[in-house]
Amino acid sequence: MKIKERGFDRVFMVGVYILLTTFLLVVLLPLVYILASSFSDPRAVSAGRVALWPVGFTLDGYRTVLQDPQILTGFSNSLFYTVVGTTVSLILTVAIAYPLSRKDLWGRGAIALGIVFTMLFAGGLIPTYLVVQELGLLNTRWALILPQAIGVWQVIIAMSFFRVSIPDELYEAAQLDGSSDLRFLRSVVIPLSKPLLAVIALMYAITQWNSYFDALLYIRNPDLYPLQLVLRNILILNQSVTGMDATEMLRRQELADLLKYSLIVVATVPVMLIYPFVARYFTKGVMIGAVKG
Amino acid sequence: MVTAPAPAPAQPGRGLTAPSTHKGMRAARRSLRMHWQLYLLMLAPIAYFVLFKYWPMTNAVIAFKDYNVVDGVWGSDWSGFRHFERFFDNPVFVNLLRNTFVLSAYVLLASFPIPIILALALNEVRLKFFKRTVQMVTYAPYFISTVVVVSMTILFLSPRLGLASDALAIFGIGSIDFLSEPDFFRHIYVWSDVWQTAGYSAVIYMAALSGIDPTLYEAAKVDGANRLQKIWNIDIPGILPTATVILILGVGNVMAIGFEKAFLLQNTLNMSQSEIIPTYTYRIGLLNADFSQAAAIGLFNSVINLVLLVSVHLIAKRATGRGLW
Repeated sequence: MKIKERGFDRVFMVGVYILLTTFLLVVLLPLVYILASSFSDPRAVSAGRVALWPVGFTLDGYRTVLQDPQILTGFSNSLFYTVVGTTVSLILTVAIAYPLSRKDLWGRGAIALGIVFTMLFAGGLIPTYLVVQELGLLNTRWALILPQAIGVWQVIIAMSFFRVSIPDELYEAAQLDGSSDLRFLRSVVIPLSKPLLAVIALMYAITQWNSYFDALLYIRNPDLYPLQLVLRNILILNQSVTGMDATEMLRRQELADLLKYSLIVVATVPVMLIYPFVARYFTKGVMIGAVKG
Repeated sequence: MVTAPAPAPAQPGRGLTAPSTHKGMRAARRSLRMHWQLYLLMLAPIAYFVLFKYWPMTNAVIAFKDYNVVDGVWGSDWSGFRHFERFFDNPVFVNLLRNTFVLSAYVLLASFPIPIILALALNEVRLKFFKRTVQMVTYAPYFISTVVVVSMTILFLSPRLGLASDALAIFGIGSIDFLSEPDFFRHIYVWSDVWQTAGYSAVIYMAALSGIDPTLYEAAKVDGANRLQKIWNIDIPGILPTATVILILGVGNVMAIGFEKAFLLQNTLNMSQSEIIPTYTYRIGLLNADFSQAAAIGLFNSVINLVLLVSVHLIAKRATGRGLW
């Protein structure tokens, strides 16, 4: 009897490992393919001869990417939006989440309700567009920072963190010492909440780096385009192929194909560099959210 | 050391449940006096919600008006429900509704079970290194931008460069232009979505699995249960509450499917299935500059979504004793 069961378990585990390995490969191989292509000879890429290892190793793709003024501008714009946007978002999120986490604050229930309601119902695309227009933000950098500055989800996560991990006794002691609310926030709450602030900052930073929709709506000036919008124009709309003679066309076409792979890598590397760090903290963030949800 | 009683901290929620307005007013005044700094701190975030969330809600009134730039939101003439009627009478309406609904339902059906299977399988693995590698790799695509995921999809499926046509060639099938074939749009959308999010979604189930009482497994061992029986009788009941909440949330959000990805995967040839309400709203509003019509469509979608969420919440509360909020 025992032996039979162990036999079944062994077969079962083989199945589990096969399943997980398949999963692993399905996710991993496309990424490896992109990486390999980005280092390959343009002709090999165009002819579809690249599999999982670079064919005719070259950095031509990256050279072209780094020489394109449009891409460089997009990259530095995205860096700006991400740094400034994350800072603004983080400050605003703490400024609302901390007071709302304080049980003795009159009116906090009503304010929290007002905030959560915006998760359930929204004015819509055009009504929001009109607000941005009315405020004179259209075609300015602020249009990509302010309209999405606070995420309700992040406020909820921060609120539950403050409530659970800042003991009431600490606050009472600080009150006895005559410390004001702001001083308590600055010198006790924030130092104790560093992991939380890291999670939230990373969430905002990645969202900001990856977004293109607001730029599509609000920005007309190409000098202000974030990288993702530049990517969309090059990768999806296939811009930049201009009419010229046949051989030149072919060469350009090959380079354009290669460029796409290199561009994908360049746009994704910043996120992947912080990924191991993010993964650890994000899991925690998901947990806090899951407990609430 | 003097331990004088602390200046009695206000009772939790006292201001909210005050029996008389008089008492409520007093609590409010006291709270304001004691915590004016906190109220001051909240001003900027509250201004944010008023400006960027509530102001748009009042602007949505243009759905009932003939908006024009000169007269502004409140100065334009009222038009009643004409923009809604125009949308409902439009021959594209039924198609849009179907596209939106079918796409979301398909996303939900595909992206619900797969993370559960992934988490259950990972939970069986005892090799730390293997487990961690699978988790790290499958989690990673979640952080790749939509633009990049769509670009990769297009590169793979393009008949000229793509791997897909090479694979078809092996079986002697001529290359297919998947991207311009309307029938493929939903599959491409859904499965690239699963590729991107399955690892991330599995994390929540992993957490639920790690919270299961270990004595249950010991009891199962004593009873001589095999692994499949353990999964069936312990793991699945253990993650059921989490799974229920996630499923309910998914159903409630079925009309709230995002604009970003569908818009990027769209082209003139696959429009008959790829045009959904959010992308149509964008087209009508910003490309055709028909603000009132677009606001009406957006409002219609928001209301349906709100109704769905609230009813799903009520049903869940009745069925499981546990709602969404």
